[in-house]
Amino acid sequence: MSFLRRRKGSETSKSQNSDSHNDKQEKSKRKGDDESKRKADEEKIRKWSCLDSCCWFIGCVCLTWWLLLFLYNAMPASLPQYVTEAITGPLPDPPGLKLWKEGLKAKHPIVFVPGIVTGGLELWEGHQCADGLFRKRLWGGTFGELYKRPLCWVEHMSLDNETGLDPSGIRVRPVSGLVAADYFAPGYFVWAVLIANLARIGYEEKTMYMAAYDWRISFQNTEVRDQALSRIKSNIELMVATNGGKKVVVIPHSMGVLYFLHFMKWVEAPAPMGGGGGSDWCAKHIKAVMNIGGPFLGVPKAVAGLFSIEAKDIAVARAFAPGVLNKDVFGLQTLQHIMRMTRTWDATMSMIPKGGDTIWGGIDWSPEGGYNCNAKKLKNNDTCTARQNGNGDLASTKKVNYGRFISFGKDVAEAHSSKFERMDFRGAVKGSNLVNKTRCDVWTEYYEMGVGGVKAVADYKVYTAGSILDLLQFVAPKLMARGGAQFSYGIADNLDDPKYNHYKYWSNPLEMKLPNAPDMEIYSMYGVGVPTERAYVYKLTPASECYIPFQIDSSADGGSVDSCLKGGVLSVNGDETVPVLSAGFMGAKGWRGKTRFNPSGIRTYIREYDHAPPANLLEGRGSQSGAHVDIMGNFALIEDILRVAAGATGEHLGGDQVYSDIFKWSEKIDLQL
Amino acid sequence: MASILRFRKLCYLEPVKFRTFDESPELYQKLDKKADDNNVILTAKSVLETDTKKKKCTKKPSKEWRCVDTCCWMIGCLCTTWWFLLFLYHCFPATLPGFQVPESPGVRLKRDGLTANHPVVLVPGFVTGGLELWEGRPCAEGLFRKRLWGGSFTEIFKRPSCWLEHLSLDNETGLDPPGIRVRPVPGLVAADYFATGYFVWAVLIENLAKIGYEGKNLYMAAYDWRLSFQNTEIRDQALSRLKSKIELLYVTNGYKKVVVVPHSMGVIYFLHFLKWVETPPPMGGGGGPGWCAKHIKAVMNIGPAFLGVPKTVSNLFSAEGKDIAYLRAMAPGVLDSEILGLQTLEHVMRVSRTWDSVISLMPKGGETIWGNLDSSPDEGHACQSVKKGQYAPTSNGMNANHTDIKTGFQVKETVKCGRIISFGKAESELPSSQIPNLDTEEILRSSITKNVNSSCGEVWTEYDEMSRESIRKVAEKKVYTARTLLDLLRFVAPKMMQRAEAHFSHGIADNLDDPKYAHYKYWSNPLETKCCPEVTNSVKWDICLRLPDAPDMEIHCLYGVGIPTERSYVYKLSPTNKCKNIPFRIDASANGDENSCLKGGVYFVDGDDSVPVLSAGFMCAKGWRGRTRFNPSGIATYIREYKHKPPTSLLEGRGIESGAHVDILGNVALIEDVLRVAAGASGAEIGGDQIYSDIRRMSERINLEL
Repeated sequence: MSFLRRRKGSETSKSQNSDSHNDKQEKSKRKGDDESKRKADEEKIRKWSCLDSCCWFIGCVCLTWWLLLFLYNAMPASLPQYVTEAITGPLPDPPGLKLWKEGLKAKHPIVFVPGIVTGGLELWEGHQCADGLFRKRLWGGTFGELYKRPLCWVEHMSLDNETGLDPSGIRVRPVSGLVAADYFAPGYFVWAVLIANLARIGYEEKTMYMAAYDWRISFQNTEVRDQALSRIKSNIELMVATNGGKKVVVIPHSMGVLYFLHFMKWVEAPAPMGGGGGSDWCAKHIKAVMNIGGPFLGVPKAVAGLFSIEAKDIAVARAFAPGVLNKDVFGLQTLQHIMRMTRTWDATMSMIPKGGDTIWGGIDWSPEGGYNCNAKKLKNNDTCTARQNGNGDLASTKKVNYGRFISFGKDVAEAHSSKFERMDFRGAVKGSNLVNKTRCDVWTEYYEMGVGGVKAVADYKVYTAGSILDLLQFVAPKLMARGGAQFSYGIADNLDDPKYNHYKYWSNPLEMKLPNAPDMEIYSMYGVGVPTERAYVYKLTPASECYIPFQIDSSADGGSVDSCLKGGVLSVNGDETVPVLSAGFMGAKGWRGKTRFNPSGIRTYIREYDHAPPANLLEGRGSQSGAHVDIMGNFALIEDILRVAAGATGEHLGGDQVYSDIFKWSEKIDLQL
Repeated sequence: MASILRFRKLCYLEPVKFRTFDESPELYQKLDKKADDNNVILTAKSVLETDTKKKKCTKKPSKEWRCVDTCCWMIGCLCTTWWFLLFLYHCFPATLPGFQVPESPGVRLKRDGLTANHPVVLVPGFVTGGLELWEGRPCAEGLFRKRLWGGSFTEIFKRPSCWLEHLSLDNETGLDPPGIRVRPVPGLVAADYFATGYFVWAVLIENLAKIGYEGKNLYMAAYDWRLSFQNTEIRDQALSRLKSKIELLYVTNGYKKVVVVPHSMGVIYFLHFLKWVETPPPMGGGGGPGWCAKHIKAVMNIGPAFLGVPKTVSNLFSAEGKDIAYLRAMAPGVLDSEILGLQTLEHVMRVSRTWDSVISLMPKGGETIWGNLDSSPDEGHACQSVKKGQYAPTSNGMNANHTDIKTGFQVKETVKCGRIISFGKAESELPSSQIPNLDTEEILRSSITKNVNSSCGEVWTEYDEMSRESIRKVAEKKVYTARTLLDLLRFVAPKMMQRAEAHFSHGIADNLDDPKYAHYKYWSNPLETKCCPEVTNSVKWDICLRLPDAPDMEIHCLYGVGIPTERSYVYKLSPTNKCKNIPFRIDASANGDENSCLKGGVYFVDGDDSVPVLSAGFMCAKGWRGRTRFNPSGIATYIREYKHKPPTSLLEGRGIESGAHVDILGNVALIEDVLRVAAGASGAEIGGDQIYSDIRRMSERINLEL
């Protein structure tokens, strides 16, 4: 230490010498001075040790931070708006303010029905490891616990694998009230923007109700366990009564759409299984159902989610922790954990594509077959257009086989059905070669399948909507056994068959009749113009014992610029989660006019919102977005909702508003009406 | 090796240090240092200039340990230590082996096999419920759906006048001012914690959850506690919502009746509800005569303010009193009226006088209950009872260690608690014959002269409208009892009383069959009833009920005792300063002798810090006991008192055996009682009455026809 110090000292003095020898006299005097000073400095330097420096540094950082924080807090709340306006020009009035100026007033009470994953869940009873989390959010909010005690978190979020209800000793319950789903995580709005705009025209707590339910469990179980459906019924009745008999406007989003379909059947069904409201309950209490991004006929990405926990983002969970979910990081087997957890959630099964090949297309046919990804405006910066230009000889003219939900290998995905052989997997023997379970921390049902089973699955090559169910039955028997009792995915031949009184058919629009409420209106509101997952190209993962044996083949890209195949995923027009076909078909055809699914002729309206990404960062998630969740901040959609809430009908809004090919595609679907 | 590392670090940090200093200050600082070497300085300056440039890259900074550095260093140290401690704290196991956390009653009762049975409805009291903003003036931008009341109260400090403006109600209607909508927070979060870390219902909720309660069988009946009770229905339909929720709870939990747990003002709110729900619409809820019997198992009133709270009087009269609203406790310095000339007290007074619900807490029953000039039912006894230690023999052990209650209660029989407000200490003790018997009516007549001083415009209270003359007159009357008090308030706060008296009544009914008692303003007063004569022709109620015809229903009065509680006040005129002051002040210099109940101008009696025993216990002890005219169907009543024991150490927080008005919600004995009743026990099964105070004797002395 002292050696180093000295050397440094002499160096500096040398440099001083060479530098300032022009005035020796002064210099020497000064030098002596300097020497003594240096000694003092050295004293000081010794004091200024590493610890001190650290402290000093931290102090500086803290101070600056506080100063900034103080400035931020002292800043007038409207400053960001000024800045934005200065850069982008004056912003349009938010729809609430605009319509308030037009004189719109709160009229019909509003019911929100949140979708999957957006509602908060809190802990009411837990195991030892969750001490201190009583009534704290496990889902939603900051997700702090996910990072602090991940295993504990997964344990508490899982449901019982047999019953689909609470595991013993754990009670996780939905948060109630508007706070349940106004923000999903801090700053990530779900319903908050809509609520704020409704408040502008006079809505408040007593005229708005968030029908929060536990989105993990099957719809009927929310009633069995939490009496959630009864609560919705009672609240709607209360709101109608306290608002002078004005009927409610219901706004379900995403899976909430199916949930509310279930509710409408439940409430009119007689007592033990249903709510006993009588056959005119809906007619008396509901003015309109404004479905936002409704996956009426299911969501293809639910398949990928269940099959291999992939898909672009089925649970927002992946988006939240992309790094953590990476399979190889820390050897944590995160994906397996998540797979095990999500497979206990019955509700995910409500979104498996419904209607089979009739709706979603067979091996060589699909309603969206002619869809050209390139036809989308190029400026939208579609994924499909950004492909490296290829040697694709037939790609541009080739029909895309959307009907093949899962294909093993890119060749198979594109070849005509006559060109490959399929081996039936249904009879395949499972578990011929059980892996050594002890080496896997996480047990998933794949380990029971054994190598034989996995190979049999891959040998079948192509799965359409019809065979996808068999596939899931094969790979996840427990899940499907539970789900089969709660949901159904077919098309009813004869709706009067008494078997359709069972609740498992209530959330499938193809197996239920709409209530007898001719004055009611049903809106299908969804975004278009975002590429949406529709079908997948899979591959087998290199044999490794503890991994999920199937994986999306992300190397499978379409050959040409306008191919829809990218990274193993075939996309189609939609709102990023729900394809147009699923969101719009019932409104465009299935329920249009008096059909057997809609015997009383409830009017349906399709309102599409073309996606325009936010122009710059300041706009946040955009006021013209068409993405599945961001659409809740879309000004046009909010305006429509506000008008209907204030008393307008579908005609006042302008009837249908269509940008996609939904009518054309619906025509191609051969469904008896 | 270590030294090398240290050295490297120094070199590494060097540029950072340098960057924070400008070159010139460093230079001049050096020059200052050398200021005595005058001859050197001129030449040295040029040398130094080149020198320092060189040094910058090679030499360590030879700077002073300046103030900024020290500050930074200190803050750094503090932060690091703080983080370190925080880290340690988080690493700590939740339960230290040595430190035994007392088992919560929920866990214990669960082990005993108790499970959730009856749904539970919680009714919060005054000020404990959160309020949030739904529509506001421009100054409240960005606060949409943020809590104005409850939570962290940051807005008080950020924009106080804006905050007060939004919490005020309209002075004429008692409803929202135009353009402002402040609404109660719904759900359990409304009143689980009042401010961060200050629990209200949270402990009880947690214990209920332990035996199986959750969102579907636990409901918080949040309402806007600023409004009069009937107005919560008119504006928010709060009573209808409560009715619908109770019906829903009843149906979805297998037709089990609910247990209602109101607290403080929630008690009289729920009394109001009980009458409202059986009254036919439009004034009532139309539940029909049997509604309560069908839906309610028990009402467990915690800290009930049945007959009012004396501290309301001082609060309304001069915005004083020890702490009626936690306002004062929250911001003791800010409220000091002299600081910054903010006139905080006046602001608070103006705001709280727009809250109709405060009037519901005025003492009810007049002199019959609260005593007249010469005697009051609780005089003498309350103070002594604490000392005598005449506790119920059933609770051996509980009173073993009450020496810590240094209440200093021991008075001569001369305390005239009936005189709720006296001007001057002497007057508070004089026999009644020596008190000038001015008629309040006369004062009222003399008040016609208005004296509006426009220069006081900033904060306008109704006192500004009163002339000095009439203020003097008020003081001349010297002594006010519960009866004349109302006249006094009518005089000093005419607007408020006019509004509020349309909603609340404070008398005693002579004849319960009088049709006037059908009006809702009598519903929250347990001493005034309403009978059924003009109910629709088809429905004939054959008995007139004060309480609903619910023979299986039980009423419990649970409250703390052993804390000195405000009962009456000694006032003085404040020094005349026309604009700045409220003309009346509690005479804080009025102290009794050592054992007196008079301290700082306030007479204390036994109670729970807010509600005197008399108010909390009388109805259960006498008014409703057995079949009385107030309780014709003979609903069973139980008194459960909880002896106050202050927390023994800081670790206990607010104590698990506290009897204080709000802290009692964390009292383990009380929680156990509530849990047992919720799980199905009846009042007799939890032990019937449990009395420590003199409530029985006090009640005996009240001469009320039953």
